[in-house]
This record gives sequence, structure tokens and C-alpha cells, in this order.
Amino acid sequence: MPRVSARPARRGRWSAFVALVLVAVMADDLGAEYADVVLNKRAEREGMRPVVFPHWFHRIRFRCKVCHSELGFEMRAGANDVTMDEITQGKFCGMCHNDEIAWGVDNCDLCHSGRPGLRSGIYGGHQTLGPGRW
Amino acid sequence: MTYGACDVLNISVRRILLTLTLTLCTAWTHAGEWKSLLEDGIHDPAGPAIGILQQPAEALGILPPDVTGNKVRWRKALEDGYINPRASLAPDTRIRQLDTNILMRNTGDLPYVLFPHKPHTEWLDCSNCHERIFKSKTGATPMTMLAILNGQYCGQCHGAVAFPLTECGRCHSVPATEAGNAASVR
Repeated sequence: MPRVSARPARRGRWSAFVALVLVAVMADDLGAEYADVVLNKRAEREGMRPVVFPHWFHRIRFRCKVCHSELGFEMRAGANDVTMDEITQGKFCGMCHNDEIAWGVDNCDLCHSGRPGLRSGIYGGHQTLGPGRW
Repeated sequence: MTYGACDVLNISVRRILLTLTLTLCTAWTHAGEWKSLLEDGIHDPAGPAIGILQQPAEALGILPPDVTGNKVRWRKALEDGYINPRASLAPDTRIRQLDTNILMRNTGDLPYVLFPHKPHTEWLDCSNCHERIFKSKTGATPMTMLAILNGQYCGQCHGAVAFPLTECGRCHSVPATEAGNAASVR
């Protein structure tokens, strides 16, 4: 009897395993660094390159809680409807990118540095695609 | 009902197959070192940023090495003082930390999952996970590995910005046979 009751759990585990292998194999691996984030909700529509946000670079300098709690960034790529106006007014990226903590907003091309045509989301290997999926 | 020799063999073969496949996947998707921004496929090679932005190898190469993800042991990097990232911007922001562990036993054949609050709250604020992703009440969040692989629950960070989901043993770290010794675990 215990084996019969264990079957659904086993099926679940095998499904999880197959999904894990598929995730690992199909992971978008252009060569982007793990946790590179592309933001292109508005950029290209407004005539700028997409933004590449290197998450790995920022976590060396700031703990997650600074951006995801104090600054109000959601835990999903592209979830916030951030405008350049808001950044210029000191919200979101503008809280640091103000020429005091980090370079100011007049350095457009340093953030807007992505290849044209990129979709918003998390890049780099081994991703669940979760944070970029809507 | 007891397991026969065939069952034991079957389980061993499955374990070996699982380990081998995951190892191959990890090796295949993480061959080579950090790519330069010029050849990472997402930066515009014609843009002016390429020569100015910090290269991944320069930033990550000096941190404790790992075999996967950013190839950095982020927890060790923080705990051993390799990095000292700011915990707040505003002087009056309350920095909250918690040092309790949670043992999750509903893990099928795999070892139990030990979730440590301490390293997580070193990085994250309580509100990043509670109550939207996880209920505060232990056991009240119905998690499955499939949902996690789909980017929910732990998969919101693990597999995207924190160590990937191919590292089963880092979460499934407590063999059921040793769980009796974990009586103090909350």
C-alpha cells in the first residue's frame, strides 16, 4: 500500500526533474552574465537603446533590500513602470544615479547600452525565466 | 512492504542518472570564463559604453569562486568581508535581520530542505518575501518543485540572480535519517 500512495509524489518528482533538465538546457545563454537584466519597456520606443542592468554588479555594492525595499523595485524584471522623468526627479535609479553616489542621468549611453531588439527580462544561463515572465 | 534488490538497484541507477545529467547540464551551460561585454550578446558592440563599463571578469574574478551562476559564492563573499554592500540609503531605514532556520520535510525521496533566515536577511528585507511570496506562518505556503522551477517561490531569485536550481544539495541538505538531530530547528 505505501508504494501505491507514493506514486503521485514520484510522478511529481520526475516531472520536476524533467523540467529542471529542460530549464538547464534551454536556458538563454547568449553569453550574458548570470543575472544581467534587460529593460526595454519604453527605451527603444522612445528612440534609445535598451537598458542593460547588471544585477551582479549592483549587488557587490548594495544589498538586495536597498533597491527592492527602499527604492521600491519589484522582484520581477520590468515590473516597475519607470520613466526617465521619475529617474531625473530622484526616484528609482535616480536615487543613486545623481552624480553623487553613481554617475548622473546625463550619461545616457552607459545604461542605454543594449543591442537593439532585445526583450525585457533576465539573461544569463540557468535561469528559471520566472522573474522575466508575465 | 520492504524494498527488494531490484528496487534498490532502480533507485541507485536513477540517482546516478540524475547526478550525471545535472553535472553535464551545468558543465555545458557554464563552459568558459566570464564573457567580456563586447561578446556577451546583449551589449551593443557599436555603443560607447563597451569601453567604459566594468567587465564581469574584473568585478567577479576577485571574489570567492563557485562553479555555477556568477561563479561567485555570494554568501561567502559577504560573510568573509570580500564585499561590504550598503544595507540602506536613508539614515533612518530600519535594517531587519532574523536568525532562525526552517526545516521542510515534505521532500519525497530527497533530503529535507533547511532554509536559513540569516544569510537571506543579510541581503533581503522581510518584506521582499513576506507576505507576497511566502506566508510568515511556517508550512502555510504550498510549494512544489515545479512551481519553483517555473520561477515562483524560491525560484523567483534562485535560478535568476541567486545560485541556480541545479544545485539541489545546497537546499536539500538534511538527510531524513539525521533529521532527528534537528529537533532544535524551528
